[in-house]
Amino acid sequence: MEVLVDNFDLFVRGFLGSLEIIVYALVGSLVLGTILAMMRVSPVPPLRRFGSGYVSIIRNSPLTIMLFFTAFVLPELGFNAPFFWLGVLGLTLYTAAFVCEAVRSGINAVPAGQAEAARSVGLTFGQSLGSVVMPQAIRSVIPPLGSVVIAMMKNSAVVGAFGVGGDLFSVGTRLTSAQGFAALPVLTGVLLGYLAITLPTAAVLSRIEEKVAILR
Amino acid sequence: MSGAPSVLYDAPGPKARRRSLVLSVVVVVAFLAIAAWVVLRLRSTGQFAPDRWAPLFWPGDEQFVQVWGRIGTGVRYTLQAAALAILFSLVLGTALTTLRLLLGRYARLPVVLLAEVLRGAPVVLLIFFASRVLPQFGVDLSQLWYLVIGLTAYNFVVIGEILRAGVAALPNGQREAGLAIGLTRQQTVLLIQLPQAFRLMLPALISQLVVIVKDTSLAALVLTGPQELLRTGRQLTQFFNNPLQTYLLVALLFIIINSLLGRLATYTEKRLSQARSAGKQEPEGDITETRTDTDVEADAAATPGDTDADTSTTQGRPQP
Repeated sequence: MEVLVDNFDLFVRGFLGSLEIIVYALVGSLVLGTILAMMRVSPVPPLRRFGSGYVSIIRNSPLTIMLFFTAFVLPELGFNAPFFWLGVLGLTLYTAAFVCEAVRSGINAVPAGQAEAARSVGLTFGQSLGSVVMPQAIRSVIPPLGSVVIAMMKNSAVVGAFGVGGDLFSVGTRLTSAQGFAALPVLTGVLLGYLAITLPTAAVLSRIEEKVAILR
Repeated sequence: MSGAPSVLYDAPGPKARRRSLVLSVVVVVAFLAIAAWVVLRLRSTGQFAPDRWAPLFWPGDEQFVQVWGRIGTGVRYTLQAAALAILFSLVLGTALTTLRLLLGRYARLPVVLLAEVLRGAPVVLLIFFASRVLPQFGVDLSQLWYLVIGLTAYNFVVIGEILRAGVAALPNGQREAGLAIGLTRQQTVLLIQLPQAFRLMLPALISQLVVIVKDTSLAALVLTGPQELLRTGRQLTQFFNNPLQTYLLVALLFIIINSLLGRLATYTEKRLSQARSAGKQEPEGDITETRTDTDVEADAAATPGDTDADTSTTQGRPQP
C-alpha cells in the first residue's frame, strides 16, 4: 500500500490530467451533440440525414476505432496536432453522437401541444425550438444526458490507455508495467480515482434531477 | 422522423418548401465541397494508391485470401469474447438481481456496494485489472479470458440493473399472486418475476450486447491478445502501412455486426409490444382507450434508468 502514499503526487497529477480530458471532451461533445440534435429535428432533409447517419455510424463502432482514426489516420492526412488533442477529439466526436441521442429524446419528450402552441402563436421553427421546446427539453434531457456524461468520464480511461499520458490510467500502466510495482494496490488506487470522479457526479446529477424535474 | 411532418414545423407551404429546397441545396453543396476537399486531401497524401486498397478489397489480389482469413479469425474472436461475456453476465446479473430482491435492507448493502463500484469503474480498467492482478494470485489464464472477465465484471452489474428495472416494471399483482398461491418469496422471484422481467427487457439486453461487442476492441489497447478484430486490423496496418483503409474496413465490420444486433433489438421490441397489446385486447373488450392507456404506462415503466439505474441502458439504446 505504500506505493500509493509514495506516489501520491503522481496520482494527483494523473487525476487532474483525467479531469482535463473530461472537461474538454464534455464541452466539445455538448456543443457538437446539441448541434447534431438540432440537425436531426430540422426541416432540411440533408441535415436530418447527416445527423442520423453520423449517429448510427458512431453508435455502432467502438470508441477505440474512433481513436485510431483521429490519432493515426488524421496525421497521415496532414492534420497534425499534439497526441493529447487528437485523443480528446476522438472522445468528443464519439460522445457527441450519444449526446445527440439524449437531447433528441428530450425534445421528443416535450408534449406535442407545446410545439403546436408555439407554432399557433406564430413562432418560427427556430423560435419555437429555442424558446419553447428546448428550455423544457433540457429538463427531461438531464437523466439520459447524465448517464452519457458518466460514461464519457469512464471512457476518458480509454483515451489514457491509448497512450495520451499524464492521466490516471497512464499512471496505472506506468507504475505497474514500467516500474514493476504490485498491480493490486496501484490499480486499486487508479480505480478509486475514477470512482472519485464518477460517483460524486452521479450524486450531483440525481440532486439536479430532483430539483428541476417536471412531473408529467 | 423520415418524411413525416414534425410537430415542430408546419406542413410546408409553397414558400417554406422553396426555402427548404434552397437550404437543402446549400447544405448539399457545402457537404460536397467538404467531401471534395477531403478527397483532394486524400489524393495529395496518396491514399488512393491501389496497393493500399487491393489486399483488403480486391479479390484478385494475391494477399486477399490470406488477409480475409485473418479478418475472419478476428471476427470469430470478437464474437467469441462477446458471447462468453454476455453469457456470464446474464448468469451473474440474474444472481445479483435475485440477491438484491431477496436480501434484507442491511444484508444487501455489500452487494449494492460492489455493484456501485463496478458500475462506476471504466471497463478498460477492469480488463487491465483482471490481466494484471489475477496472475499475481496464481490465476493464469489466456488473454481471451482476461478480456471476458473484465467485460463480465462491468456488464453483469448493468444487466442486473436492467433486470431490476424489468422486475420493477411488472404489475405488483404478479408478485402478490405468486405469494397468494403459496409460493415462497424465492420461488416468486425465480418463477414469476424474473422470467417476465427477461421477456420485458429483452430489447435492452440485446442492446447491451452491442456495447459488449464494441468493448471487446479494448483488448487491443491493454492486453497482448486475443487476435480479435481490432488487433488484427492493427497488425495489418503495420504490414501494409494503410491505417485509413484498414480501420475503415474494421469499423465497417463492427458497424455491420452491431447494426444487425440493433435491428434484432428493434424487432424483438416490436414483437413484444405487439404481443402485449394483443394479450390485453381480449379481456378488456371494446374499451379501446383504457387499453392504449395501460399500454403507454407499460412502455413508460419498461424504460430502465429513470429510477436510479442511470448507467444502464435507456429505452433499449446502447450507451457509449
